[in-house]
Amino acid sequence: MSDTAVHERIRAEISDHPVVLYMKGTPVFPQCGFSAAVVQILSDLGVKFKGVDVLQDPGLRQGIKSFSEWPTIPQLYVKGEFVGGCDIVREMHASGELAELLASKGVAVPAQ
Amino acid sequence: MPMDAAQIERLIKEGLPDAQVVIEDLRGDGDHYAAHVISAAFRGKTRVQQHQMVYQALRGNMGDALHALALQTSVPEDA
Repeated sequence: MSDTAVHERIRAEISDHPVVLYMKGTPVFPQCGFSAAVVQILSDLGVKFKGVDVLQDPGLRQGIKSFSEWPTIPQLYVKGEFVGGCDIVREMHASGELAELLASKGVAVPAQ
Repeated sequence: MPMDAAQIERLIKEGLPDAQVVIEDLRGDGDHYAAHVISAAFRGKTRVQQHQMVYQALRGNMGDALHALALQTSVPEDA
């Protein structure tokens, strides 16, 4: 798939699902500590999300980086918007901003 | 190819000349670092934009030569 086709796929995915995490491995078996950390945070908040394993698709693994102009994985999207990678998600979780952002976008945060 | 801390600091300062950079080698393996970057250029930017500015300064090394850089950005308090 070309970059444009991959970008189209990503755009569709992040508009069809309120919370999407592009990650290495799956939510049940993360293959990288950074991905695992974000899965843990979303699980702690009780937020439902769609995990997309970039290791299954080399085109996606590159395409997601050019899509967001962000060089690393994981990448968290809420309501079609790029929120950040592991460091930002961690920082936002520690300050309570992440739960606020999710709630303000209409995503259920059961642990709140 | 791992990068050393001095090289990371140099690249960041080339891209953000006013930056104060504190780098910690988390495991002593030259591959896992934490960097705290303070620059007035971050003012008014979102966190994503601030991190993108640092990644740009690192010129493609992030996610490639540099596997793991835990990044924290902030604006100077007194400026």
